[in-house]
Amino acid sequence: MIWIAWKMLTGNPGKYVGIILGISFAALLIAQQSSIFCGLMRLTTSQIQDITGADIWVMDPNVQYVDDIKPMSDNDLYRVRGVSGVEWAVRLYKGITRARLPDGNFQQVIMIGLDDASLVGAPQIMLAGSLEDLRQPDSIIMDEAGYRLLWPGQPLLPGKSFEMNDRRAIVVGVCKSRRTFMTFPIVYTRYSQATLFIPAERKVLSFVLTSPVPGISSEEVCERIDNQTGLKALTRDQFMETTIIYYLKKTGIPMNFGITVLLGFIVGTAISGQTFYLFTIENLKQFGALKAMGATNMRLVGMILLQAVVVGVVGYGLGVGAAAIFGATIGNTDRLAFYMPWGVLVGTGVAVMFMVVLASLLSVRRVLVLPPAIVFQG
Amino acid sequence: MPTAISHQPAIRCRGVTKDYGTGNALVRALRGVDLELWPGELSLLVGPSGCGKTTLLSVIAGILDQSEGDVAVLGTDLGRLSNRQKVRFRGRHIGFVFQQFNLLPALSAVENVSVPLVLQGYRKRAAMARAEQVLKSMGMGDRLASLPGKLSGGQQQRVAIARALVHEPQVVVCDEPTSALDAKTGHVIMRLLRNVAMERERAVIVVTHDARVFEFGDRIARMEDGQIVEIQQQTPARGDEPATLTMKTA
Repeated sequence: MIWIAWKMLTGNPGKYVGIILGISFAALLIAQQSSIFCGLMRLTTSQIQDITGADIWVMDPNVQYVDDIKPMSDNDLYRVRGVSGVEWAVRLYKGITRARLPDGNFQQVIMIGLDDASLVGAPQIMLAGSLEDLRQPDSIIMDEAGYRLLWPGQPLLPGKSFEMNDRRAIVVGVCKSRRTFMTFPIVYTRYSQATLFIPAERKVLSFVLTSPVPGISSEEVCERIDNQTGLKALTRDQFMETTIIYYLKKTGIPMNFGITVLLGFIVGTAISGQTFYLFTIENLKQFGALKAMGATNMRLVGMILLQAVVVGVVGYGLGVGAAAIFGATIGNTDRLAFYMPWGVLVGTGVAVMFMVVLASLLSVRRVLVLPPAIVFQG
Repeated sequence: MPTAISHQPAIRCRGVTKDYGTGNALVRALRGVDLELWPGELSLLVGPSGCGKTTLLSVIAGILDQSEGDVAVLGTDLGRLSNRQKVRFRGRHIGFVFQQFNLLPALSAVENVSVPLVLQGYRKRAAMARAEQVLKSMGMGDRLASLPGKLSGGQQQRVAIARALVHEPQVVVCDEPTSALDAKTGHVIMRLLRNVAMERERAVIVVTHDARVFEFGDRIARMEDGQIVEIQQQTPARGDEPATLTMKTA
C-alpha cells in the first residue's frame, strides 16, 4: 500500500508542491528565526568566549550577567588567591568608557583591562601589530569591527590614536574578536593602563580570573571560593549560561522571536492542514472505494500518516536547507547574528512533525467516519 | 469461508429492512425484502429513483448493515460477522463496479486493477502481473499504463470491471454501470458482465434504471417503495426478445 499512498500523494503535482511549500515555509521560518535568536543569545556571551585562558570567573555576588559590572575591592583578588585549589588568580577590568576621536566626535568603547604581567584573556588572533606591544605606554589593541567603525575604509595598521579620560591612547594592534551584543568597539589594554583611561573610582576590579590546581575540578574550586570569600565564582560555561538566562528572562527578545516562530508554526499548520484536508476530501470517494474493496481503517490511516510523514520530511529538508543557506550567506555578514545548533534542527523537526500530524488528523477523522456505502452515492 | 455452489443461492435475503434516522425523521428504505440470487446469473435490480435499489445492493455487498432480517452471501450470514470480518469477506468474495468507476486517478489502469490484490496482501509485482492478465483478456492490453483520465468512459468501466474480477470473487455488485456511458458502450459493458456471470458461475447483481439493458438480465427484480414487487425470470437474452416468466411478489 505504500506505493499507492505515494502515487495518490504525488499524482497531482500542483497540490503536492502546495503542501510541501507550506511546510517548507514554516520550517524555514521556524529554523531561521530560532537560529537568529540563538545567534543573538550567543552574542551576549561573546566576551566570555573571547577571554580565554581562565576556567573560572570570580565576581561580586550580585552580578547577573557579563555586562552587569559591580566592582570589587583589590583585596578580593588576594582573598581568591588564598583559597586552596586556586593555582593562580589575576585581575580583569571590564567596562564601558568614552573615547574622544581626533575629529572631536565621541564613541563609547568596551574596555578590557588585562593583568599586566600575564595578559591572561588577551585576544588570540592578531590582524595587525603584536600583543607584546601592549606593554608600551598608552597602548591599546582594538578589535577589527571597532577599527573599521572608527576609521572606515582604512587599512588595519597600528599608529592611530584618540583620547580616553584626557589621555592619549595609541592603537598598537588590531585583533579579531567576536561581535558583541552592544556593537561597541572593544579596546584591550593592561589593567594598570585601564585604570588611567577611566575616571578615578575607588574600586575598579571587575572580575578575577582564576584557574584550579590540576586534579581539582573547576566546579569544586568555585564552591570553595563561594564559601570562603562570599564572592560568586562561576566556570566559563556557567557564566555563559547565567548571562543567556538573564537575557532570556529580563528582555523581550525571546518573546519577540517566539511570536515569529509561533506564527511560522500556525501559518505552516494552516496552509499544509488546509491543503492536506482538501486533498483528502477530493479523494474521499477513492478512499470509500478502497474501504468497500476491503481496506481496513487501520490501513487507510496508515496511508494518510505515511503521506503526512513524506510531505513533512521533504518540507522539513527544504525549509531547514533554505535556512542553512540563508545562514551561510546573509547570516555570515556582520549585520546578522545567525547560529544554527543541532537543537534548532531537532526542534524544527519536532515542530514540523507535530504540524503534519495535526494537519492529517482532520483527514484521518474524515476517512475513519466515512461509510463505505458512499461509493454507491452518485 | 463457504463458497457458492450452483444448487444454492449465492445471495439470500429474508425480511430485510433498513431504516435511516430515528423518531419522526425515520425513513424506511427497505421494507422486508425477500430475495434469492443465483450463481451463474446476471440479476438486475430495477425500479424508480429512491425505491431502495442501491440500499439493497449496499446491504448485499456488506457495506451497509440492515436494520432487521437476514442476509446470507455465499452461505455466510453477514449479520454474524464483525466489522473486521466483514471487511475481509468483502475483500475476498465481492467485486465492485461503480457508476462513476471510482478509479484512483493517480494510478495507471494496471495499477488500479491490482489494488484488490494488494489489499489482500499480494506483492506488487505479482498483483501487477495478474492485473495485466485480466486487462489483456478484456481487450485492454494496449492501455495498461494509461491513467484513468486518458481513457474513455467505456474503457474506464472495463478497467473497473477488471478490478472487480481480478481477485476472482464469486459475487460482483454493480451500481448503474452503464448510466455514464452511451447506449452502444453500455451494451458492450452489459455483455461483458453477462459473460462474467456465466463463465465462472458468479452471481452478478446490477442496479440499473436503464431499460435499454434489461434484456441482458437472467432475472429482474423490480422494486418500489423499498419492496420487491416483481421478479421476472428471463431465459438468457440471446435473441431479440427475451422469453419471460413473471412472478408477482408484493
